[in-house]
Amino acid sequence: MSAVGHDEIHAHEGHDNHDAHDHHHEQTFIEKYIFSLDHKMIAKQYLLTGTLMGIIGIIMSLLFRMQIAWPEESFTIFKVLLGDKFAPGGVMRNDIYLALVTIHGTIMVFFVLTAGLSGTFSNLLIPLQIGARDMASGFMNMLSYWMFFISAVIMVCSLFVEAGPASAGWTIYPPLSALPQAIGGSGLGMTLWLVSMAIFIASSLMGSLNYVVTVINLRTKGMSMTRLPLTIWALFVTAIIGIVSFPVLLSAALLLIMDRSFGTSFFLSDIYIAGEVLHYQGGSPVLFEHLFWFLGHPEVYIVILPAMGLVSEIMTSNARKPIFGYRAMIASILAIAFLSTIVWGHHMFISGMNPFLGSVFTFTTLLIAIPSAVKAFNWITTLWRGNLQLNPAMLFSIGFVSTFITGGLTGIILGDSTLDINVHDTYFVVAHFHLVMGISALYGMFAGIYHWFPKLYGRMMNKTLGYIHFWVTAVCAYGVFFPMHFVGMAGLPRRYYTNTNFPLFDDLADVNVVITLFALVGAAFQLVFLWNFFYSIFKGKKAIQNPWRANTLEWTTPVEHIHGNWPGEIPEVYRWPYDYSKPGHDDDFVPQTVPMKEGEEELHHS
Amino acid sequence: MTSLLVIVVLVLLGIAIWQLTKIFHLTQVGAATYNENPEVATDRDNNVNGYLMFGFLGFIYIFTIYSMMKWGDLLLGTPASEHGPQYDNLMSISMWLIGIVQVLTQFLLHYFSFINRGRKDRKAFYYADNDKLEFIWTIIPVIVLAGLILYGLYAWTNIMFIDEEAKEDAIYVEVYAKQFNWEVRYAGKDGKLGKANVRYIEGVNTLGVDMGDANAQDDIQASELHLPKGKQIIFKFRSQDVLHSAYMPHFRAQMNVVPGMVTQFGFVPTVTTDEMRQDPAIMKKVAHINELRSKKSAEATATGGTALEPYTFDYLLLCNKICGASHYNMQMKIVVEDEATFNKWLSAKQTLSAAVKESKQPAAPATGEAAPATAKDSTNTAKPDSTATKMTVAQVIKK
Repeated sequence: MSAVGHDEIHAHEGHDNHDAHDHHHEQTFIEKYIFSLDHKMIAKQYLLTGTLMGIIGIIMSLLFRMQIAWPEESFTIFKVLLGDKFAPGGVMRNDIYLALVTIHGTIMVFFVLTAGLSGTFSNLLIPLQIGARDMASGFMNMLSYWMFFISAVIMVCSLFVEAGPASAGWTIYPPLSALPQAIGGSGLGMTLWLVSMAIFIASSLMGSLNYVVTVINLRTKGMSMTRLPLTIWALFVTAIIGIVSFPVLLSAALLLIMDRSFGTSFFLSDIYIAGEVLHYQGGSPVLFEHLFWFLGHPEVYIVILPAMGLVSEIMTSNARKPIFGYRAMIASILAIAFLSTIVWGHHMFISGMNPFLGSVFTFTTLLIAIPSAVKAFNWITTLWRGNLQLNPAMLFSIGFVSTFITGGLTGIILGDSTLDINVHDTYFVVAHFHLVMGISALYGMFAGIYHWFPKLYGRMMNKTLGYIHFWVTAVCAYGVFFPMHFVGMAGLPRRYYTNTNFPLFDDLADVNVVITLFALVGAAFQLVFLWNFFYSIFKGKKAIQNPWRANTLEWTTPVEHIHGNWPGEIPEVYRWPYDYSKPGHDDDFVPQTVPMKEGEEELHHS
Repeated sequence: MTSLLVIVVLVLLGIAIWQLTKIFHLTQVGAATYNENPEVATDRDNNVNGYLMFGFLGFIYIFTIYSMMKWGDLLLGTPASEHGPQYDNLMSISMWLIGIVQVLTQFLLHYFSFINRGRKDRKAFYYADNDKLEFIWTIIPVIVLAGLILYGLYAWTNIMFIDEEAKEDAIYVEVYAKQFNWEVRYAGKDGKLGKANVRYIEGVNTLGVDMGDANAQDDIQASELHLPKGKQIIFKFRSQDVLHSAYMPHFRAQMNVVPGMVTQFGFVPTVTTDEMRQDPAIMKKVAHINELRSKKSAEATATGGTALEPYTFDYLLLCNKICGASHYNMQMKIVVEDEATFNKWLSAKQTLSAAVKESKQPAAPATGEAAPATAKDSTNTAKPDSTATKMTVAQVIKK
């Protein structure tokens, strides 16, 4: 990492980067909206696809939550959405419950929180905030989006397979996921899942490579690594984690495809099912678990780190003061990234692996709590003595820290191998990961959408609807997932179609109803957000160039999108992005493009 | 008709929100600045949301306390194994720790959000970093978590490393999982379990025990898990088909059951089923559950359905790793009894070799009904175990 931008190599100052497209003709509809090479359009494509997949994922969750709260009852909505085959007489089938749970998890983790969050904001913000005309390769960027789109289509298509979509949980452990005799969804449904994910992984890798190369090579003059906004640090490190870990999931998927279709025994051994002994010999399901979680754990940090980066940026510009502890924040991001690759075994404490490994993973897992704690304290200190502009994006950022703390703390229970013995695979785990991923990371995504909406669409979202959206969601989020901890500690396993076969769990029925009711209300109020989002794209109040009075480079571009982002030269950067309310300046913000005044000192360490 | 009403209500709700929004816009102070930079928070917005932030802190605290009061007694209660109290102690300490951190940090977060709510005439304090502070709030979590880890790993080593700890008179039990049923095999008088593999599954030998192995001859198969109080039980787990997990929550025990591998877990049961039934917390829970069940029964019989059976407490083995369509109904009763009763129960059971020999004989009765004798599943045991029949019926319905 050099101290200043590569201005000698950076020879494209005066003229635009001519990529594959030509500035001198009107773009066709297809070039502009469909196969765009422009990172800003691709960001919008990711956002739209991620949002649509999110709607599908939420509807699925409502369906299976209704089944849990009112077991084996007939609902018209089941009849309508699931049809006669999957819900005879309006009563959800037991294996379809598992299918819904599986696809819900897959869609939310990968299609919404990875592609929809990281894909959208990496594409939008990286070139703009580092001062580049576009990504290093616009073409690869476009391919990465369209492969993501295809993988989403295939995943949705798998819902319509006769024997049902993949039903072995989003973790798709073999042998259940390898053998169609074990559950119907492990036939064609699982094959389509694997194909979709393979394409998704390719898309993700292409995107990540692009982001890494762009951040390293295309920073503008004066934009040293330590003058980068934390958003870029987070997105950059996220991309690196992705490059390291996604290929391992791909290898697991390929080995599983071979076991399923080509008779190999990587994960299978000594199986008697449907009245016969299968031929597999010598494989181990635990190998799959290792391979899966080697991605699976970094994956959750791929989900949360971009949200952390967005929140740092939104919080600082809305607090009108620097993010507290810039260097510590960077160090924490790097520590989290490194540690995330050596904790995967905490998903496998009781997998049957050697207990000694359990000790090792407990140790590394509790280590990773420390940089996360440091970040939380830094955010809180950023609020201290600030001048907080409580825009909807800021509310979601504060909510992010709140739910990240709550969810993260229960991670300390789960990371302790001993305690995991009795809560593994119970609703305690479900409560934990929904609080950190389903709520915290999602708040980060909402915050990002509210904050950068003017940059995406040149208009403002309605703030009153934003306030309503936040406050109802905040109450419902805690209402759904806080009681769930008790259900888990009472011993209720997850992925159970109904609890009525255990009189022991009869007293959990009313808690489950409370959870489902909060979920239904919370989901309904997301309609407020969707209405606000789509309406404001067309009819929102027109935005000014820098509505949040922020310092970073994206707010120096014109409101109307142009290729190459800046009409003239790319701006040069003279300071770090966090000079808010700096003594000696009239305004409470000093954009990065403003040169240092005579005698002005840097009042921070970076 | 109902759906039409629902739609009308939703539309009216939408219109109401739309109109409310318009009214809010009209009440904006300083309309000029609003038009210049619309939809950005004003001092009024900051004030309202600042107070709401502090109010939300109250909501978090109150909801936490309410949840603990209302649902606190759902937790598992007295542990039934020797390592159970150590587990519960570690859980308690951890929960207290994270509880304190939660209370403090949420307070700071929401209080700062409130007290620093933005005003036009307010200026923020430019304070970019403080390495001493960073050090303090790094080292405190390090020390606290280090303590927690040490205790946790000490407990883990005690619980999980069985081979070194295996007592002389440990009882070896194989727990065998398959879609969607459990079976158990006791090591019998020789204290050793015979070798087994799915390739040996045949007829009454549903566990695939290698009947050529000398150790297997006196093994005893059962479909109910009986355990003697005070003896170390070493479980060996095998799966017939897919991943399952043996979850025995009252004993603070869980271990995945993996096809192609033998996994293990050990504990010493310390509370018999009868003793646990007298535990005050359990009695309260059972009473509450029976109250709920009788209410549901009343509703059911009113509409012509069948009443629910009343509930008596029993220890349970549940499947806790997604294993297929009936994953939610894969259970086995566990009975903990004093050693004498346990030995009596076990000795009344047929050994495997006897069971296999018996099934291989041509039908002794002249009526030539050999087929039913072998067609019955593992019920060569004296008692027809309740869970077995429930299983088959449930399987038939749900498959």
